[in-house]
Amino acid sequence: MKAAIIVFPGTNREQDMGLALQAVTGHAPHMMWHKDSTLPNCDLIVLPGGFSYGDYLRCGAMAAHSPIMRDVIARAKSGTRLLAVCNGFQMLVETGLVPGALLRNASLHFICKQVHLRVESNASPFTSSFKAGDVIHVPVAHGEGNYFADADTIKRMEDKDQIAFRYCNENGVVDESANPNGSQSNIAGVFNDTKTILGMMPHPEDSVTMPAKKYDGRKIFESLVGSLS
Amino acid sequence: MTQTQRNATDHHLPPEPPVTLTLAKTFGLSESEYKTMLDILGRDPSYTELGIFSVMWSEHCSYKSSRLHLKKLPTSAPWVIQGPGENAGVIDIGDGQAAIFKMESHNHPSYIEPYQGAATGVGGIMRDVFTMGARPIANINALRFGDPSHPKTRALIAGVVAGIAGYGNCVGVPTVGGETNFHPAYNGNILVNAMTVGLADQDKIYYARGAGVNQPIVYVGSKTGRDGIHGATMSSKEFSDGDEDNRPTVQVGDPFIEKLLIEACLELMQHDAIISIQDMGAAGLTSSSVEIASKGEIGVELYLDAVPQRELNMVPYEIMLSESQERMLMILKPECESLARSIFEKWDLDFAVIGQTIPEQRLKLFMYDKLWCDIPVPPLVDQSPLYDRPHVPTPKRDAVDNDHYALPDGGFKNAVTKLLSCPDLSSKRWIWEQYDSLVGAQTISSPGIAKTQSHRAADAALVKIPNHEKALAITSDCTPRYCFADPVEGGKQAVAESYRNISATGATPLAVTNNLNFGNPERVEIMGQFVGCLDGMGQACRALNYPIISGNVSLYNETDGKGILPTPVIGGVGVITDWKKSVGLGFVDDNHTIILIGATHGHLGQSLYLRELHGLEIGAAPPVDLSLEKKHGEAVRELITQNLVTACHDVSDGGVLIALCEMVMAGNIGFTLAAPHTSPAFWFGEDQGRYVVTTALSDELQNFLTRNGVSFEILGQTQGKAAQLPDGESVNIADLVTINESWLPNFMAGAKS
Repeated sequence: MKAAIIVFPGTNREQDMGLALQAVTGHAPHMMWHKDSTLPNCDLIVLPGGFSYGDYLRCGAMAAHSPIMRDVIARAKSGTRLLAVCNGFQMLVETGLVPGALLRNASLHFICKQVHLRVESNASPFTSSFKAGDVIHVPVAHGEGNYFADADTIKRMEDKDQIAFRYCNENGVVDESANPNGSQSNIAGVFNDTKTILGMMPHPEDSVTMPAKKYDGRKIFESLVGSLS
Repeated sequence: MTQTQRNATDHHLPPEPPVTLTLAKTFGLSESEYKTMLDILGRDPSYTELGIFSVMWSEHCSYKSSRLHLKKLPTSAPWVIQGPGENAGVIDIGDGQAAIFKMESHNHPSYIEPYQGAATGVGGIMRDVFTMGARPIANINALRFGDPSHPKTRALIAGVVAGIAGYGNCVGVPTVGGETNFHPAYNGNILVNAMTVGLADQDKIYYARGAGVNQPIVYVGSKTGRDGIHGATMSSKEFSDGDEDNRPTVQVGDPFIEKLLIEACLELMQHDAIISIQDMGAAGLTSSSVEIASKGEIGVELYLDAVPQRELNMVPYEIMLSESQERMLMILKPECESLARSIFEKWDLDFAVIGQTIPEQRLKLFMYDKLWCDIPVPPLVDQSPLYDRPHVPTPKRDAVDNDHYALPDGGFKNAVTKLLSCPDLSSKRWIWEQYDSLVGAQTISSPGIAKTQSHRAADAALVKIPNHEKALAITSDCTPRYCFADPVEGGKQAVAESYRNISATGATPLAVTNNLNFGNPERVEIMGQFVGCLDGMGQACRALNYPIISGNVSLYNETDGKGILPTPVIGGVGVITDWKKSVGLGFVDDNHTIILIGATHGHLGQSLYLRELHGLEIGAAPPVDLSLEKKHGEAVRELITQNLVTACHDVSDGGVLIALCEMVMAGNIGFTLAAPHTSPAFWFGEDQGRYVVTTALSDELQNFLTRNGVSFEILGQTQGKAAQLPDGESVNIADLVTINESWLPNFMAGAKS
């Protein structure tokens, strides 16, 4: 599997993502500068975490208009897998490739901690190594991860099985006490309607090679390798 | 803004005000310092020159009260590549790699404007590290706030924590640890000390020294504004009420620009283009250019109209004294200018050639073809004031009689509850969850103790070196109440605790940075604290082979004549060659034997037990036996390396029973006790040189300790879901966690009401 990670000014989790991909696929991913205009041949495009453009206008808003994004959007629309994590997810919603918006955390604070996620659908190239309902352990690290969409949109996404992950407690119960940021319906990650694009706030790349705790993020990358090779 | 736009209307700067002794005094110069300046120049200085002298001779930049004593500290070891005197210290960590680190204070700015003060403190220390060619890989901090009941404390915590988070998280350097304490002595003068550890290849380390003549001086980074003018002078005097009006002298940080600056500098450093590089920290362009000139034994000629400016009509004085953030000064190889320019343009950063080095050892500043400053550099540096301030030793305190301080009603359960929920010992989760402790994907351990933590709890943060099995252990330590009671023992203890915290992970302590926070050195008893702490620190660093390789001094931490507790913070760094051998502090399994290493005499003086249960801050500080510290540290490291230890925690604030409870909370496993002791002095005394370890191989471990003549005692066994207390009572883990975690979030929630 060949992957390309897009690096924007202010991106800071490209190393984490690169190490995770390297560990699972055995190949170092391409690091693409946002001012480039075309992507190399690749099976997976990654929009990584960080503070692109300092998050000064609105998280992800400037990056969504970087030169390379035209090609990213075109490839994603034609089916190349796109994984967008944290600040990448914020860019993704700015492009309109998935519905919704990411608001300031309900606590108004940045939050970095381990959370539990319930896998809502395994019918995707990102989640096929899980069973639906699996509870996984991955970290979050964000200030604006409060997923919002109107009730009709959420209903439509649920009907189309577009919810990838929900925040839950260690027993898989989805409730307010397990919601770290105020997201609607505890949504932590969503697919586009063909499930070739995944946007999520938690950092699976930080639970692949991280030398402690659990390694549940690894399965997302293993799913991708499985579906693409 | 382009240069032509910038000054289209202004090629006639207003005349500078005349310089008088009265003006010089308002700039912080004493009468004798003023006279020395006149002697050096042989004429009256210009306003710009006065600004430069006053800032270079401020306490902050000249270390005039502390230099004499700092010289006595041990600074070398075979693994030290660079000791004090550069932007940061450098040690060899094997494989051709180096760790570069330093700690620095931003106390006064953080009190005046907590968010920006703390944020720019973090930004400044990171620049000190990447200036030398290192990629910052970890930040930690040491915070001291006033009494929680003081009306400002809550807002100061909220602002400082948000500032540290806002800056560090954006730049993408994990904040992996720290310490936060409270004491009324900090009511009017909080402490914000930040430390950065960076990683570099030994053959790509950059220094401020080494420039030759006729080489271009390049300015990169943010534009210069009027923020922070005379910040170094502000940091060099006492506060008084109303100093919040100094807010305009607090700099404003831009972590996004810092991130770009890191990437651009490190990219350029991959080429052989930079001769000398210096960040513009305190005293901005003044200290960076003087530093380059002084270390190169050359002169510097600058054309200030070429300095990128973000405000109109700036005058030479303002440009030279601005402390605008995220700026660097470099001397480039002349043939590399276009390569360097292209890299900075790629990262959308300003790049301007603003002058050149000259053979004459003078600082010459031109603006619009007029000479505004012409100072000989050697006397500016060499004749900077040096004071041997009078000092008196702190009187020794009497030991307390333990018999007078029996356990109050409520037994051990009450005592544990009070201690675990007191501000100093209660969980700081509310703080560290706001820091990105993971970015970089190398964080193994950090000092927090909560099961929602993303990594293992340990006495020191452990950060792995990418593509290697080794990891750095990092910790910050100081017990100010010990330093206040006995500066010499307190100074020793800060170093010894740092040594213990690193040893407790299995790593070998290598070197430290220090951040010496004290009150007004012109008062003999404060100067006595300073001299005493440095004496103790020096003894400990020598005995433990743990040299001081960089540091920062922050004096005049007083408000209206009230000094802070002496707070010489130690930032320690160690290395473990195989991170998989490291241990955390949480119990890992049932039925492991719990062993206390080191002897317990029941030292209650200055203990948290006396403070929290009896309301007394009395007695002598616990004495530190440095040879035992070394012996016990070496034994613990050896036991961990031999895989005989499953968890390890040093015994510090609150004593053995608190250490045990922390191990319970971090591991979610309880314990039962076998030790027969029932006195509070045994369980809450703060004797030094002790560790609690757990083991599944008790006999081997005991044999090792016996063979090596290390005293130890079996405390009990890991077991169940409750902590058994010495009087037979027990507390469930869930209750312990609630007790420990409630205070800070509840306190902070009050901020909104």
